[in-house]
Amino acid sequence: MRYLPLTANDRTDMLAAIGVKNIDELFANVPKSKLMRGLPDLPLTKGEIEVERNMGAMAAKNRPASAGPFFVGAGAYKHHVPASVDHLIQRSEFLTSYTPYQPEIAQGTLQYLFEFQTQVALLTGMEVANASMYDGSTAAGEAVLMAHRVTRRKKAVLSGNLHPHYADVIETISRMASDTVVRLDANPVAATADLKAVAAQIDAETSCVVIQTPDVFGNLHDLTALALACEKAGALLIAVVTEVVSLGAVTSPGAMGADIVVAEGQSIGVGLNFGGPYVGLFAAKQKYVRQMPGRLCGETVDAEGKRGFVLTLSTREQHIRRDKATSNICTNSGLMCLAFTIHMTLLGEKGLRQLAAINHANACDLADRLGAVKRVEVLNASFFNEFTIRVPGDSAKIIEKMARKGVLGGVPASRLLPKNKAVKDLILVANTEVNTDDDRAAFVAALEASI
Amino acid sequence: MAMNTQGRPTSAGEASTKSHKTFTGNYGLQIEEPLSFEIGRPETTGVDLPAPKKMTSRLGKLARAGEIGIPGLSEPETMRHFVRLSQKNYGIDTGLFSLGSCTMKHNPRLNEKMARLPGFGDVHPMQPQSTVQGALELIDTLAHYLKELTGMKAVAMSPKAGAHGELCGMMAIKAALEAKGEGHRRTVLVPDSAHGTNPATAALIGFEVKAVPAQADGTVHVADVKALLGPDVAAIMLTNPNTCGIFEKQIVEIAKAIHAAGAYFYCDGANYNAIVGKARPGDLGVDAMHINLHKTFSTPHGGGGPGSGPVVLSERLAAFVPYPFVHVGNGFELVENEGRKTKAEKPFGRLTAFHGQMGMYVRALAYMLSHGADGMKQASEDAVLNANYIRAGLKDLMSLPFGDQPCMHEALFDDAWLKDTGVTTLDFAKAMIDEGYHPMTMYFPLVVHGAMLIEPTESESKASLDLFIATLRDLARAAKRGEVERFRGAPYHAPRRRLDETRAARNPVLRWTKPQPLAEAAE
Repeated sequence: MRYLPLTANDRTDMLAAIGVKNIDELFANVPKSKLMRGLPDLPLTKGEIEVERNMGAMAAKNRPASAGPFFVGAGAYKHHVPASVDHLIQRSEFLTSYTPYQPEIAQGTLQYLFEFQTQVALLTGMEVANASMYDGSTAAGEAVLMAHRVTRRKKAVLSGNLHPHYADVIETISRMASDTVVRLDANPVAATADLKAVAAQIDAETSCVVIQTPDVFGNLHDLTALALACEKAGALLIAVVTEVVSLGAVTSPGAMGADIVVAEGQSIGVGLNFGGPYVGLFAAKQKYVRQMPGRLCGETVDAEGKRGFVLTLSTREQHIRRDKATSNICTNSGLMCLAFTIHMTLLGEKGLRQLAAINHANACDLADRLGAVKRVEVLNASFFNEFTIRVPGDSAKIIEKMARKGVLGGVPASRLLPKNKAVKDLILVANTEVNTDDDRAAFVAALEASI
Repeated sequence: MAMNTQGRPTSAGEASTKSHKTFTGNYGLQIEEPLSFEIGRPETTGVDLPAPKKMTSRLGKLARAGEIGIPGLSEPETMRHFVRLSQKNYGIDTGLFSLGSCTMKHNPRLNEKMARLPGFGDVHPMQPQSTVQGALELIDTLAHYLKELTGMKAVAMSPKAGAHGELCGMMAIKAALEAKGEGHRRTVLVPDSAHGTNPATAALIGFEVKAVPAQADGTVHVADVKALLGPDVAAIMLTNPNTCGIFEKQIVEIAKAIHAAGAYFYCDGANYNAIVGKARPGDLGVDAMHINLHKTFSTPHGGGGPGSGPVVLSERLAAFVPYPFVHVGNGFELVENEGRKTKAEKPFGRLTAFHGQMGMYVRALAYMLSHGADGMKQASEDAVLNANYIRAGLKDLMSLPFGDQPCMHEALFDDAWLKDTGVTTLDFAKAMIDEGYHPMTMYFPLVVHGAMLIEPTESESKASLDLFIATLRDLARAAKRGEVERFRGAPYHAPRRRLDETRAARNPVLRWTKPQPLAEAAE
C-alpha cells in the first residue's frame, strides 16, 4: 500500500523491540470477542489508476457549473477563482499544517489569519472579526447564541426573508437549547414589509433580530431604522450576508448599525464544492469581543522583540473553559480563510469594486431581458446580483425543463420553502461575472421554450 | 582564510556566525514579510476584469460610499507574499508531526486531484438533483463505507467538523429522549480526560455535565459509571480509545450499564484511527460516534480546517438523522425538508446550509478506495505499532503515567521525569522545534501532569521513528544533565523566538489599523 512506509521486516523488528509477539498483543484491551478477525466487507486496495477511473465515473454524472449557462445562487455563487489562489492553498506548508498551537512554527497561518480578520472587519464595516466559522449558516446560529449571552435574553426574531436553511439552523439549535425563536413568513413581493414586520416583533424579551441583505429573494435593505429600533429595545441587530461580493457595491451592515455581522465567504476564493467546505465570516463590535465564538488571532512580539502572531483570548474557548465556553467550535475553516485572503489580496479594493460592479450590471441586463418576456415578472425593486422572477406555472418543473435544454436557470423558491404555496411560481436567479451575453440570451430562450 | 579566484571564502564556517545580523533582517530562505496592508496599494489589483456594462443601478440608496481600505497586490507580489508566509509554517510534508489526538497523517495528493474534478468541485448544492446524481452517489457510497467500518445502522453526513458532529449526536440523543417522553434527563457524564469540546457541546444544548473519574490504569471502570447512573442521566460521552491513548477495556460493560439505565452512549471518535478494521463501535454498544474525516481519513487539516464530522448512529438513534439525507430508489434523491421524508424518519432539524462538506467526502472516499479494507486495517495496525515503538524507545528516560502497558495510536508521557530539572513540558516542546519536529500535544489530557501526548501515525517510516526517538533521548538526557538554556530559550532556530502570549491577551490587537500620521498621533 503506497501510503504505508513500514515493510514486513520493519514490522517484525519493531514488534520485537516492543517486546510483543504479534500485533494483536497491542490490542489486548479490546474484548476478545469484539476484535475483528477478518476484514471489513469492502473492496481491497486500489492503485491510483483504478481510483481515478472509479471516481471519475461518478464525477462524470454531474453537470458542472462551467459546462454551460448557469444562474444558480441562493447562498452559493459561481465566481471565477484566479489560478494562483488554488495553487497557493496547495502549498504543503499551508495544506498539511494544523491549527497554529505552536506559533513559532505557524507564523504563516497566523499572519494570514490576522490579514483575514482585518479584511473581514473592513468589508463588513465592523471593528473586529474572528478567524472563521464553518459557514455562513452556522455563523448565524452562533451569532444568535452570542446575542443571548450579551443581552441575557432568549428570544430571537428571524426575518421571513432570511435564507430558509439559515433559519432552520437557528431554529434547530434554539429549540435544543430551549431558547425562543419567532420566525416570520417569507415576503418575496413587498420586501420593506418584511422589515416592518420584524420591527413589530421586538419587545423587552427580544435578544436579537436576524435579517439578511441582500435577502434570499435578492432585495437590498437599509437596516438603519431597524438598528435604532433594536438599540432602543436593548436587542442586538444581527445582519446576514450570503453573497459577500455584494459588499463591494453596497453599504456595509456595520455602517447601518449592525451589532454582529455574519456572512458566507464562499464567493471569494472558494469554489462551489456542492455546498462545502465554505467559510463563515463573523464580525462584531469590539465591546462584544469576549463573547465571540471561535478563534481569534492577535499581534504580539517574540523574545527578541520581533512582531509575531498568536491565537489569543482563548479563555473563551472550549479547550480552556469546557462547559463554560462561548462555543464548542474547534476546527474551523482555516484553508478556506486562506483562499479568501489570497483572492481578496489579489482583488484589492479596486478589483473588488469592479467585480461587484460587473455582477450588478450583468444582473441588471438579465433582469431587463427577463422583464421583456411575456408572462414573466421581475419582483425586485432593488437587488445586487440575484433577483426573483414570477413565472406562469410550477417553477420547479420549469427549471427541470430548462436544465434538459442545457441551462441551469436558478433555484425554484419551492425547493427552499416547500410549505409556502405562495412561492410555487417563483425562481431565484443569480448572475455573476462568469455569465456572458450569450448565456443570458440562452436563459431567455430556454425559459420562453419552457413556460 | 582560503579564497577562490573571485575572492570569496570557500570553506564553510569561516565566513559568518549565527549571531551575524543581516541588513534586511532576513536569513537566507527565511524572509521577513510585512502584512499585505503594509505593502499593498489601493489602486493596485492582481485581477484583470472587463469594464462593467453601462446599466441603470438597482442598488437604490444603498450604493457603497467611501473607501473600504483593502489594498491590492499584483499577481507576482501576491505569490511572493503567500509563498514567504508558507515558509514560516510546519506541515506534515515538512516532517514528523507528533501532535497527539490530531492524527497528522499523510494527505494523499490523489485526494486533492479528485476533489478538483469539475463534476465534484464545480457543482452547486442547489442545482437540479437530476444534474448531480454522481455527487449524491458519492455521498451514499461514503455513507456505506462509514456504516460498514463502524457496524452502525445510519450516518448523519452533514456535520462540518468533529465538534459539530458531537452536537449532531447529542441533538439526536436529546430528540430520542424527547420522543420517549424522557426529555427531563439532563445529566451527561463526561470523564475529566475528555476533549473540551465534549462538555462544551453538552452544555450548549442545556445538558449538565458531571465528571466521571478514571482509575489508576487510565481507563473508566464500569463501577464508577454505575455509581453515577440514575433517572436524570441522558448520556455518557466517552472517547475511545481514550485521550490517554488507552482502549477502554470495560467499554462493553459500560455500554450495557448505560443502556440498562435508559441512557445513550456517545463515543468521541477523534481516536478512531487506532481501530479501523480492528473493532467496530457498533459491536461495542455505541449509539453515536462522530468520525473526523480530517483525522482518520486523511483530509488535510489546512491550518485549522475545514474538517468534516459525519456521525454514525445505532438502531436506537437512526430515525433522528437531520436534514438533508439521501434516499436510494430509482436514482438518488436528496431529502432536504419534510416534503419528502418517509414516516419512519424523524429528523431533528438542520445543522448547516446545504449538504455538508462535499470536498472532504471526495477526499475521504479516495483515501478509502486507495487503502481498501486490507489497507485500512494495516494502517491502524501500523499507527498502533509506531506509537508503541516510540513508547518502548523512550520509557526508560521519560515517565509513563499509567504504567508500562501497550498504548493504542498515541503514547502519553507525563512530566514526573522532568522534576527538579528546571525544564517544563512547554520548554521541552520548544526544544523539539529546534530539532526540526512539530511538538507533541502538551498539557492535554488535563488529568495527567505536564502531559506529552505523542501520535506518530502510520505515515512514518522506521528510519523516521528511529531518528525521532534518538532526538528525544538526546533532549531528555540534556534536560537531566541540567542544560537548561537549551530548553528555556527555545526555540532558537524557528522563524520566531518564543512568542509572548500573555501580552497578546492583555492588550488584544486583533486587526491591522492604519498608522496615524505623526501630527495626529501627537495630539
